[in-house]
Amino acid sequence: MQVPILKQGPYLIATVQSALTDDDLKQLRDTLVDQISQVRARGVIVDVTALDVIDSFATRTLRDVAHMIRLRGAETVIVGIQPEVAFSMVKLGLTLEGVATTLDLEEGLRYLQRSGKRKVQEHEGRPHR
Amino acid sequence: MSSSRDLATTTRSEPRLESTASRLRELVAHLRQQRAQLREEWARLITEAKLLTAMTKEEIFAEATSVYDNYVEALETGTYEALQTYARNLSERIIPRGVETHEVVGIVLLLRDVLARSLFAKYHEDFTELNRILDAYEPAANRIAITVAVGFVQERERIIREQQEAIRELSTPVLQVRERLLILPIIGVIDPQRARQLTEQLLRGIRTNRAKVVVLDITGVPYIDSPVANHLVQTVEAARLLGATVIVTGLSPEIAQTLVNIGVDLGKMNTVGDLQGGIEEAERLLGYKVVLTHEPAGEPA
Repeated sequence: MQVPILKQGPYLIATVQSALTDDDLKQLRDTLVDQISQVRARGVIVDVTALDVIDSFATRTLRDVAHMIRLRGAETVIVGIQPEVAFSMVKLGLTLEGVATTLDLEEGLRYLQRSGKRKVQEHEGRPHR
Repeated sequence: MSSSRDLATTTRSEPRLESTASRLRELVAHLRQQRAQLREEWARLITEAKLLTAMTKEEIFAEATSVYDNYVEALETGTYEALQTYARNLSERIIPRGVETHEVVGIVLLLRDVLARSLFAKYHEDFTELNRILDAYEPAANRIAITVAVGFVQERERIIREQQEAIRELSTPVLQVRERLLILPIIGVIDPQRARQLTEQLLRGIRTNRAKVVVLDITGVPYIDSPVANHLVQTVEAARLLGATVIVTGLSPEIAQTLVNIGVDLGKMNTVGDLQGGIEEAERLLGYKVVLTHEPAGEPA
């Protein structure tokens, strides 16, 4: 099951629609990291609302995606983790450290917009909160 | 022995053909006749055995009377519904007064013994007849004892269930104080079940209220054990996965100690001394700035 990746302004949005195999995950990772520079995206949103299980491999892959994309100059945010999923992930010690997470797609977009503004302000030497 | 028994059976050939029912009738008649005396005897034994200490002598006697009558009636009719209802009523009345299960079972067994003794006394000359009477009496008596005990225990369980339900409803309120800011005040000991419920409420609350910041106030929690502490830390991390920050306020010294002992990563836990500080911190995170517009009324300017 391939994950569709949509471009929305300066952002890429990958919406996971059903459970993914390890190969699907790897493919998603490679595609995202590859496309980020092609479309000159500033941020990536991975929407996992539809997933009712997120295992250790998926967590690691998502973390890898976030880190690789940061190295390529953009930001990643994981959105829509279900409450039950979140708690079972934490129980397994999968906490997605260093990766931004938000409640849903809307929040994810807002997060990216804000962090984009922050960067501009930093660049212009203005103080930021 | 056998010859005397043969004699007994032949001379009493007619009663031998009688059914259990008629023996029970005979038994009931006997119990009715001896009512006053047996009831007295029973009440005396109850006091002697130090059962129902929560009740006065008069109350014990009154209850003993109605239990006795219900008992005899159950023996007579062979139906236990009335007795069941009575047992439930009785339990409803005496449970709030602190009557324990062993006392209720104890008094019913005492009554069984008192009645059995009176049967021994009545039929002591005719062992065969005594046996037959006991054959009829014992199953019914046991059934009655079971009915009363089960009724009592069921009533107790019902009360416990109701109370648990009430506690559960009261235990974890999720309150929205500002747009995207929730408060969860926790009061009392957190057991594993309550911890689970807390997690569930908190995570669900974040989702339904679209909260960004949650202040978890545990001023009212005296201590927590390590499993629960771990659970709390996990809840905080899970909340982060939902995009919300949890600020824990009002940690008692004991809880702080527990958290340090389990080696919690302080980078992940956002803690503030008291609820006020927690709310201020939350407002700061959300970008609110509270400004005093005028001096409160009644104060000199």
